[in-house]
Amino acid sequence: MNEGGTIFMPPANSTIAGEVDALFYFIYYTALVMFAIVIAGSAFFILKYRHKGKKSFTSGMDHNFKLEVFWTVIPTILVFIVFAWGFKTYLKMNVAPRNAIEIKATGQKWFWSFDYPNGANSVNDLIVPANKPVKLLLSSRDVIHSFFVPDFRVKMDALPNRYTTLWFRAEQPGEHHLFCTEYCGTGHSAMLGKVKVVSEEEYNSWLNESGNIPGGMTPVEYGADLYQKRACVTCHSIDGRAGVAPSFKGRFGTVETLSNGESVTVDENYLRESILSPRAKVVAGYQPVMPTFQGILNDQQIDALIAYIKSLQ
Amino acid sequence: MNTIPEKHFLNEEKGLKSWLLTLDHKRIGVMYLYAIMFFFLIGGLLAVVLRLELTSPGTDFIEAETYNQFFTLHGAIMIFLFIIPSIPAALGNLILPLMLGAKDVAFPRLNLASWYIYVLGSLFAIFAIVSGGVDTGWTFYTPYSTESAGSVVSMTMGVFILGFSSIFTGINFIVTIHKMRAPGLTWFKMPLFVWGLYATAIIQVLATPVLGITVLLLILERVLGIGIFDPAMGGDPVLYQHFFWFYSHPAVYIMILPGMGIISELISTFSHKKIFGYKAIAFSSLGIAFLSFLVWGHHMFTSGQSELAAMIFSFLTFFVGIPSGIKVFNWLATMYKGQISFEAPMLYTLSFLFLFTIGGLTGIFLGALSVDVHLHDTYFVVAHFHYVMMGGTVMAFLGGLHYWWPKIWGRMYSEKWAKIAAALIFVGFNMTFFTQFILGTKGMPRRYYNYLDQYQPLHAFSSFGSWILGAGFVVMAVYLIHGMLKGKPAGNNPWGALSFEWTTSSPPPTHNFEETPELKHGPYDYDKVLAETTI
Repeated sequence: MNEGGTIFMPPANSTIAGEVDALFYFIYYTALVMFAIVIAGSAFFILKYRHKGKKSFTSGMDHNFKLEVFWTVIPTILVFIVFAWGFKTYLKMNVAPRNAIEIKATGQKWFWSFDYPNGANSVNDLIVPANKPVKLLLSSRDVIHSFFVPDFRVKMDALPNRYTTLWFRAEQPGEHHLFCTEYCGTGHSAMLGKVKVVSEEEYNSWLNESGNIPGGMTPVEYGADLYQKRACVTCHSIDGRAGVAPSFKGRFGTVETLSNGESVTVDENYLRESILSPRAKVVAGYQPVMPTFQGILNDQQIDALIAYIKSLQ
Repeated sequence: MNTIPEKHFLNEEKGLKSWLLTLDHKRIGVMYLYAIMFFFLIGGLLAVVLRLELTSPGTDFIEAETYNQFFTLHGAIMIFLFIIPSIPAALGNLILPLMLGAKDVAFPRLNLASWYIYVLGSLFAIFAIVSGGVDTGWTFYTPYSTESAGSVVSMTMGVFILGFSSIFTGINFIVTIHKMRAPGLTWFKMPLFVWGLYATAIIQVLATPVLGITVLLLILERVLGIGIFDPAMGGDPVLYQHFFWFYSHPAVYIMILPGMGIISELISTFSHKKIFGYKAIAFSSLGIAFLSFLVWGHHMFTSGQSELAAMIFSFLTFFVGIPSGIKVFNWLATMYKGQISFEAPMLYTLSFLFLFTIGGLTGIFLGALSVDVHLHDTYFVVAHFHYVMMGGTVMAFLGGLHYWWPKIWGRMYSEKWAKIAAALIFVGFNMTFFTQFILGTKGMPRRYYNYLDQYQPLHAFSSFGSWILGAGFVVMAVYLIHGMLKGKPAGNNPWGALSFEWTTSSPPPTHNFEETPELKHGPYDYDKVLAETTI
């Protein structure tokens, strides 16, 4: 992942990326020429007109109409080319093909969840088929987030009050980083995901199996898997280290003091309540920042997570 | 051998009270200078800590919450307490009336009031820092800023108050430039620094009220929950971004226009040559001031605004680039057939030309819609605005500071150490920030406490550069203070420049000139007049 690419750009893995890079390098080389003119001009004048001896009257040349028109018109033409080129690609980026697969992407502190057309869902890992247009319908459950996949050259804010869209067509199977690029608080830089581009068959079989315990896994193993894949790991450690949220290690069975002064025993019901209504009973010393997982985790998955937390003694 | 005049504005009256109640524009300028340098130091130290933390991924020195507060404070302090007042309020106050051949600004009491308002605003900001900090980023985007913990109200109240300081200075300068010019100093004989301050003052007066209203709405939203930015009550968080950038994009030009004015002065003085394209430079300042109000949407290309709006903002953004380009070519042409010397102010001028050109050209990438989608909110943007704000405005400010330092204190600093510091700053700056262009194009998002391992070498190199940059500023602080106290007397006109401020003594008397000066030649007439260099 993230091998290759050019000096400046990461690898290009979507159909639009080539067009973006072409304009990037057009501006880059044009800017390099302009910069060279300014710097070479300065250097030449500095060397040639370096002051030696006593200062005397200098040339009164203070304007040159033709020259000034020249250096106004040429850059103006160049930036209009850049403007038109950038707009053309931007329109392509904003108009998704009609046959695009539509996936709902929701940002919240501090993970992404994805809902697929058949009802399957995933967290932080967006699974898409190669060579098919995919359209994301973006929104946020809390503050503004932004969905950014450098390898695809796409980015769009996820807002709490309206839908925004973004589309791409990934060219080959592979994995690509997904960043949140709108500052969203403590866990902003931990709001990382991956876009997993797979073949169409793999995509379809993943959709069908999603939500069931994968064959051969015990509930604890499945819980451990969900702990990673549903982004519990972003805030809850399993080594006892306190972070944004209490660690899972040795937590089950303990008695915790809550922020309202009451106390609660960490049992199955408390864990289930904390997953579905996380702000109902917050352990003292922590902020009520966890979002609900209602609709993201099904009963079987909640059971598996509880089994996993119980196992971390 | 030069001597310091027996009586001058610094020693004519003594005691703390004589400073705190002064109406002398130069003393107010000096008080501004102390205040902004204090905040520049704080903002700079925060930056060094941020870079130190980013040297390697993971937690090294500070936690994520602390990091988020520090980058917020670095931005807010540098923008609102340092850069915006730096050139207009500090150097402008010191020099503008001298350049016009005037005794003072038009409204000396308003001028003193603006300083006190600045101090009051900064106290609110300091209170915000010690009473829980702010972690919203200097842009205070909603809805994050309406629900985050910390002292957002106190900080934004500080910004609201500081705005009035800026408006007062703007009004004062506009009236001063209209009414206080010495006999013979017509509009097109004014030094270009005055044109820069004039264009800046117009933006200060017209745009700052919008910022005031915006942060006031934010405060009302937080305290009373009026709902203007809250989607649950029918409000719109993106509306905040429109309001905010309607001020903050013109504010970029509040920061850079006076810097461009300084560069026009320095390039002519140290090329010993008439400025090329006087009117083009003067009118391009006004053109930039006007266009700066029409491009705010280019901060929001990925915010979900309509494609039509994005197209219009992109188009206008390219327009605003052209006048800046024209200025660069004019400065270049000024050196042609000059007699160029390389004292410290000229070194900063050349640094400015190099760095600001990079800053301007990288703006083209960000104005292009499709490329901006990739680069928006990455380190590319961070690098771009540091090249413009620090490589541009701060270099111009430092050039101006070194240029007028002997005028303010009557004494010279060490030229040798000044050259060493300029070199350290130039090298350190490029190491720190050029690296960040590449981080950005490779996809590294800004405002990240932690990052993927693949970005580590570039981050480490950038942090290393920041130490060299910091070292340059330490050296500068030492020789400037030493020069101010112990330097050798500079005489009236150490650089052989032609504008009014060099005809009076250094430091100037309280009333600036012994008798009202009269214009005998233009400020750039190096083809007709030779001024004796006094050092």
